[in-house]
Amino acid sequence: MNQENILAVENLVMHFGGIKALNDVTFNIKRGSVSALIGPNGAGKTTVFNCLTGFYKATGGKIQLSAGGKETSIIKVLGEPFKATDFISPVAFVSRLKYKMFGGSHLVNRAGLSRTFQNIRLFKEMSVVENLLVAQHMLVNRSLVAGILNTKGYQKAEEEALERAFYWLGVVDLVDSANRLAGELSYGQQRRLEIARAMCTNPEIVCLDEPAAGLNPSETEALTKMIRVLRDEHNTTVLLIEHDMGMVMDISDYIVVLDHGEVIAKGGPDDIKSNPKVIAAYLGAEEGEEVTL
Amino acid sequence: MDIVLQQLVNGLTLGSVYGLIAIGYTMVYGIIGMINFAHGDVYMVSAYITAIAIAILTFFGIESFPIIIVGTLFLTVAVTGAYGWVIERIAYRPLRSSSRLAVLISAIGMSLILQNYVQLSQGANQQGVPTLLTGAIRFSVGDGFVQITYMKLFILFVSLLGMGILTYVIQKTKLGRMCRATQQDRKMASILGIDTDKVISTVFVIGAVMAALAGVLVTLDYGAFDFYVGFIIGIKAFTAAVLGGIGSLPGAMLGGLILGLSEALFAGLISSDYKDVFSFSLLVLILIIRPSGLLGKPEVEKV
Amino acid sequence: MSQAVGINFKKSSIDAFIAGLMALVLFGPIVGVVLDGYGFNAEFGRVAWIVAIVAVGRFVMSSFMQTEKGIALAFRYANNDDGVTVLPPGHKSKMVWIIPLVVVIGLVLPFVASKYVLTVIILGLIYVLLGLGLNIVVGLAGLLDLGFVGFYAIGAYGLALGYENLGLGFWSMLPIAAIMAAVAGAILGFPVLRMHGDYLAIVTLGFGEIIRLILTNWASFTHGPNGVSAPLPTFFGLEFKRRSSEGTFHEFFNLPYDSAYKYMFIYLVLFAVVWAVLFIKHRLVKMPIGRAWEALREDEIACRSLGLNHVLVKLSAFMIGASTGGLAGVFFATYQGFVNPSSFTFFESALILAIVVLGGMGSTLGVVIAAFCLTVLPEMLREFAEYRVLMFGILMVVMMIWKPRGIVRVTRTGFSPKKGVAK
Repeated sequence: MNQENILAVENLVMHFGGIKALNDVTFNIKRGSVSALIGPNGAGKTTVFNCLTGFYKATGGKIQLSAGGKETSIIKVLGEPFKATDFISPVAFVSRLKYKMFGGSHLVNRAGLSRTFQNIRLFKEMSVVENLLVAQHMLVNRSLVAGILNTKGYQKAEEEALERAFYWLGVVDLVDSANRLAGELSYGQQRRLEIARAMCTNPEIVCLDEPAAGLNPSETEALTKMIRVLRDEHNTTVLLIEHDMGMVMDISDYIVVLDHGEVIAKGGPDDIKSNPKVIAAYLGAEEGEEVTL
Repeated sequence: MDIVLQQLVNGLTLGSVYGLIAIGYTMVYGIIGMINFAHGDVYMVSAYITAIAIAILTFFGIESFPIIIVGTLFLTVAVTGAYGWVIERIAYRPLRSSSRLAVLISAIGMSLILQNYVQLSQGANQQGVPTLLTGAIRFSVGDGFVQITYMKLFILFVSLLGMGILTYVIQKTKLGRMCRATQQDRKMASILGIDTDKVISTVFVIGAVMAALAGVLVTLDYGAFDFYVGFIIGIKAFTAAVLGGIGSLPGAMLGGLILGLSEALFAGLISSDYKDVFSFSLLVLILIIRPSGLLGKPEVEKV
Repeated sequence: MSQAVGINFKKSSIDAFIAGLMALVLFGPIVGVVLDGYGFNAEFGRVAWIVAIVAVGRFVMSSFMQTEKGIALAFRYANNDDGVTVLPPGHKSKMVWIIPLVVVIGLVLPFVASKYVLTVIILGLIYVLLGLGLNIVVGLAGLLDLGFVGFYAIGAYGLALGYENLGLGFWSMLPIAAIMAAVAGAILGFPVLRMHGDYLAIVTLGFGEIIRLILTNWASFTHGPNGVSAPLPTFFGLEFKRRSSEGTFHEFFNLPYDSAYKYMFIYLVLFAVVWAVLFIKHRLVKMPIGRAWEALREDEIACRSLGLNHVLVKLSAFMIGASTGGLAGVFFATYQGFVNPSSFTFFESALILAIVVLGGMGSTLGVVIAAFCLTVLPEMLREFAEYRVLMFGILMVVMMIWKPRGIVRVTRTGFSPKKGVAK
């Protein structure tokens, strides 16, 4: 268990067919920090996210998550192909088979990492509260018998889940919309609901994929406050991808800059602002992209 | 040994027919990502039209084999193509923006409609066509012999010709280029001025035409059919499409051949009662081991 | 809309002509030339009727769609998105009154209804069970299972063969069949459910056919197409036969023998089981597992990001649905007293799917109503029996285009915050 770094990414490589989306990405995320992953369009930010959260199986490298009192290798829980040595060692074989059969990105979440999506993925035809209750699936009483008989223990667990849901609705200021369908909410509300839903899984680190995209300035400001609340009051590490440089520089303790699938700079906001490589990457990357470093 | 060779010959023709029908599945899947459940029944309709065309042509006293075959092919292809077009127009186009489940259920409904409608108008009994082409080539192998009927050669010839023409159309013509563009990215294609609705209709017609070719060939060879034939052969052809990699045109042809050959060998050597069970099990196995098929591209999940 | 809306009859006529021509091409050969051996009988009259109906229908529709009303209708259709409503917290359903009423009527029914009516209603209830089972899989979890009849067959043959080979009766087979069907669902589902949704439809379809082919071909065990007889249920060990060494129901209660007793008994047991399943389903949708099914239907990727094992959640829906199908199979076998493979064709799966589609995916009430409509109505309208499949097909297509959520609106429970929760 690494106390200092909650997430350690080493030499991460990701290829899609012949396309090399990531070459050798290495960075560490400190426990309790707000960190940002930035870079021009197509730099591979979301690919990094998808590797971290277990939606893509990285081609090579290591991703180590130290949360919930244990170390988790994210690549391993996704189920690796069998190796020749597995057929000699039964223990390795069984573990490999277990992850092959039952492994997958859900284990990454259970290990303490949750995420939101760039194009919001809510359960649109379920109510706002239900969205949050689904997120607490691993925390409630899932016994079929207890649920069908509606036992005391089951009722208590459900009530606690409901309470937690309303608590997070309070944090993201959606209590009034609790019984609306998630699909009916406005864009900004949907973004906030998605963050609340990610937080309902009790993560130690939450990865936000462009949380401020499509928000107006006052909403962005509220979001910034909310992210600080997550860090300060809930001891949650936040990793975000964001294009709004003002916001990134405002809240980040640590910034990793990606370009063409490689880390070109990492450090505090001030280092990044003055880093010539970063400026070159942004200004040279695409015409007309608004950058205020 | 002679049994194996004989079954290989049978499997080759069977496989080329599967390949023809699989083209319809694979092209439709490639372009709008749906399993055209009614495709097997389009094949069934073409079998009826074949028999009807032959009956009409003989009624008018035409007896020469080439004229009958050309006339039947022409009629069957035209009418079945129209079926493909109308099915897409009625049952699928209004659902372009609906969930995949809705489209699939609509397709199943269409399949039931076609089956029952043919049953109601033509009766539930088995129907047949007279044998038009007789004779065979025989080779002796060891103690036994292998027989290749002229009909089987004809099937091979026509289906290879059909696939050849289709490959040419898709690879070299403007229409084919539009089809491929729409398959790659429907939205972008329509922004670039391609009438994607028309392209999708065309793909359905192409699929139906290929199924019609298969319908004529199989009906002439086997002679008998009923309103239920589309079901089993439809699943087999779908298996072939998945085996080759759904969405891939050469994959459908290759998958058809492999499925036909392995099924014929299984029927000849192990058990003909369970040959359908064999094909279904093969489908499940492929989907587990290699869902992208032999020539298909693995699907990257869009997160 | 400042522009005056006039009907362009030229356009309507062209539309009608094209539709008529298309109808002629499509229906001409199949409807007009009926094969008779290698010859044919011409039936051009029928074709003329169909073509005329299509052309006139198209003309009327085309004209109507140009009127203001038609435009408004098309507009409403295009923006038809009001499917689900969330009930306010503390909503009291009218069902509180309806349910006891239905229970009372249901309990009185067997003593007043004729034997024929009773058998029809038993069949209806069996389809309610099947519909409920499939509704969990298709409606809640969003998995299209086209081989549902396979689980039905497992239940039915389980009873018949269990009795023949192991001497197991109705009461022991009822739970065993449910478990057997669930296990079959697990074996089939585990490898298949991690795949892309559409493949599941085809694989389950293949599974249903495999079961039927095995039942047909494995004659030494299943007696092939000839079928097997199935036992009747017993009433605390008493049998419903005319004579039995074990003691019979009518002799024990000093009643004259009447074959209706067995149907009454089957009906009452089935009635109780249907209510039990309804209750369990009612609970399931409010439980974490039910929420997870629906969430999975909405967005699988989001579910995975929240720590839900999508394969196991789907598998649980698949298994519970399958076990309900198995239960229905046991009742079917005991009600018929005999099973053979021809009861378990793809058509049966399609019928169950039609029930779910008509009733509304996810709606329990809708499925119950639809199950009765689709099984009892054809019994009453026997002269149209041939057209049944055609009607189901048309129903599926029309429902998907017009009302993909079914006849009964889906509602969701509302939740209220507990007092004292931070606002």
